[in-house]
Amino acid sequence: MNGHATVGWVDIVVIVGYLLTTGYLGWLGYRGTRTAADFLVGGRSAHPIVMAVSYGATFISTSAIVGFGGVAGLFGMSLLWLTFFNIGVGILVAFTVLGEPTRRLGHHLGVHTFPELLGARYQSKGIQIFAGALIFLFMPLYSAAVMTGGAIFAATQFAVDFEVALLIFALVTAAYVIPGGLKAVMYTDTFQGFVMIVAMIYLLWFTYSSLGGVTEAHRALTDLADLVPPPLQAMGHQGWTAMPAFGWGATTYDLWWTVITAIILGVGIGVLAQPQLVVRFMTVRSRRELDRAVPIGAVFILLMVGTPFVTGSLSNAWFVQHGPLLSGQVVKEVDSARGHALVGLMKESAPGRWEPVMNPKTGKPATSPMVVASREPAQDAAGAAIELVRGRAPSVTYAKGDSDQIIPTYIATALPRWFGLVFFLALLAAAMSTMSSQFHTIGTAAGRDLYERLTGKAGSEPSVLVMRIAIVIGLLVSVTISYNVREEYVIARFTAIFFGLCAASFLPAYIGGLFWRRATRAGALASMTVGLSVSLFWLLLVKAKEASAIGLVQLITGGKTSLLADFPNWPMVDPIVIALPLSLLTLIGVSLITRPVDREHLRRCFPER
Amino acid sequence: MLGIDDPLVLLAFLGCIAVTALSLVYGLVRRNAAVDEVTQEDRAWALDEKKVEDEL
Repeated sequence: MNGHATVGWVDIVVIVGYLLTTGYLGWLGYRGTRTAADFLVGGRSAHPIVMAVSYGATFISTSAIVGFGGVAGLFGMSLLWLTFFNIGVGILVAFTVLGEPTRRLGHHLGVHTFPELLGARYQSKGIQIFAGALIFLFMPLYSAAVMTGGAIFAATQFAVDFEVALLIFALVTAAYVIPGGLKAVMYTDTFQGFVMIVAMIYLLWFTYSSLGGVTEAHRALTDLADLVPPPLQAMGHQGWTAMPAFGWGATTYDLWWTVITAIILGVGIGVLAQPQLVVRFMTVRSRRELDRAVPIGAVFILLMVGTPFVTGSLSNAWFVQHGPLLSGQVVKEVDSARGHALVGLMKESAPGRWEPVMNPKTGKPATSPMVVASREPAQDAAGAAIELVRGRAPSVTYAKGDSDQIIPTYIATALPRWFGLVFFLALLAAAMSTMSSQFHTIGTAAGRDLYERLTGKAGSEPSVLVMRIAIVIGLLVSVTISYNVREEYVIARFTAIFFGLCAASFLPAYIGGLFWRRATRAGALASMTVGLSVSLFWLLLVKAKEASAIGLVQLITGGKTSLLADFPNWPMVDPIVIALPLSLLTLIGVSLITRPVDREHLRRCFPER
Repeated sequence: MLGIDDPLVLLAFLGCIAVTALSLVYGLVRRNAAVDEVTQEDRAWALDEKKVEDEL
């Protein structure tokens, strides 16, 4: 179905060359100034491009490119609102509003991890332990999403099994992360960022030019609205250049609630409370460095997130115009003048004999919307005369119904083979830069925030050992999750779950800690507890996709997928919509009724005010 | 406009470009506006951070 080819020696040479370059840059870094802290110690300034691209490379991973790009291929360009949030909130607000106060508070209190920042601001060992435990327990979910994204692409591009690709991907990541990548060598991150930039610019150019230009490409996609697969139409999908149908109280609005609450809000806001990104602000030299990084960071994120979302959506138009021909029998004419039809897919079982393709998930004959290109007489398996049609379908058909496969399938089918290799390197770069910071955060959460706090042995040798063990455990857990969980758009869902948990649990306490002197220890702890508890309750018992996968809700309700299964739309609402406001109200309410923080501590936190 | 009929999707498409442009303008206007000073406290923090990284 697509342009698969096995791994050739050129691929191996290029990949090894890339890894050696990364290693060489890392080694160069070790000999001299390498990390943001080194720059700061030396009193020098990292170039804004280095600072911004390094931050962006940590922010963007295979999850955004493969996972969310695939979701855009399925749901369409409404996902561009997430790109808008990623730039507007993840860069502009984060750098200009939160960056400097975080840097100052972190330096005043002498803290080095996100849980430590919260713990020191609120003078609470419990808060630090709480935050450290949450990160240690749930960040592997996000790492698994990143790993799955890379492994799916490698499996499609090099025509190997997913399991083999995952193993190789995990080994390469481990080889990078465990010995040295954790030090966040800024030049390595920057090199990886530039590989990603080159790949995205070419991908965007290719996609638009192969569809005749920007407006023509969008128009072609707009004109495919009646080819949206029926199950998606039933959820409110109105076309790949249209927002999902908005409303409340009917399943025809489910898609709107999924796209807006889980994908756009969950990830778009959740980025503000990502521990591995928050600590980056502390390594910045000054407010000026933050200001200068804003434009480069914004352009980087526009390319890194905007490109896969636009390309994922437009892949539908590309497949309909240029995709390999599929065969089948018309089930229903949709628009006969334009050849749009719902087709039962068929394959040739014997010369001249055709049989239905079965959907492995449902066990029923697979159907797909299609633009019919030709019709011819043929025979079915029993020898009866049928009209066989040939035509092309939207990308999800070529991806075999799995949105995580859309971007890999598009690249393997549409783009030149050399680009597949470049894109693989870009994904490897995206994965490595993100995973090194994820595992660094997992390690410090276990060592500094849990072990040292629980045992009282600060800065001791065993703490470093705990960090290393935690990193290996985190890696193993991530690989295990990646290996075992392969469901609908799992990459985007895992990412959204982690981002949502962080937002609901940390965001009010974090922002309150920076800007509201009246925020108290009790308020923060209560807010974090409410945020986490409500999120977990919602994930376990209400949000249908996650709850049904975990299985507890079926036991309680006797088979339903949500406690609110009989109330349309509720099972699609993301926990962040409920948990974040409750967490915020809790912070405000409890802080106002508890004793204010003592003035001496506030002076230490905010000496400049 | 631009082949996108839904105004909200068009707004998202143009909004991405606009917010990037705004970020570019912000960066240009503010490039030398803020103080660029490394305090003793900043250096002490960085030395400590380096120690943590080196240990790991």
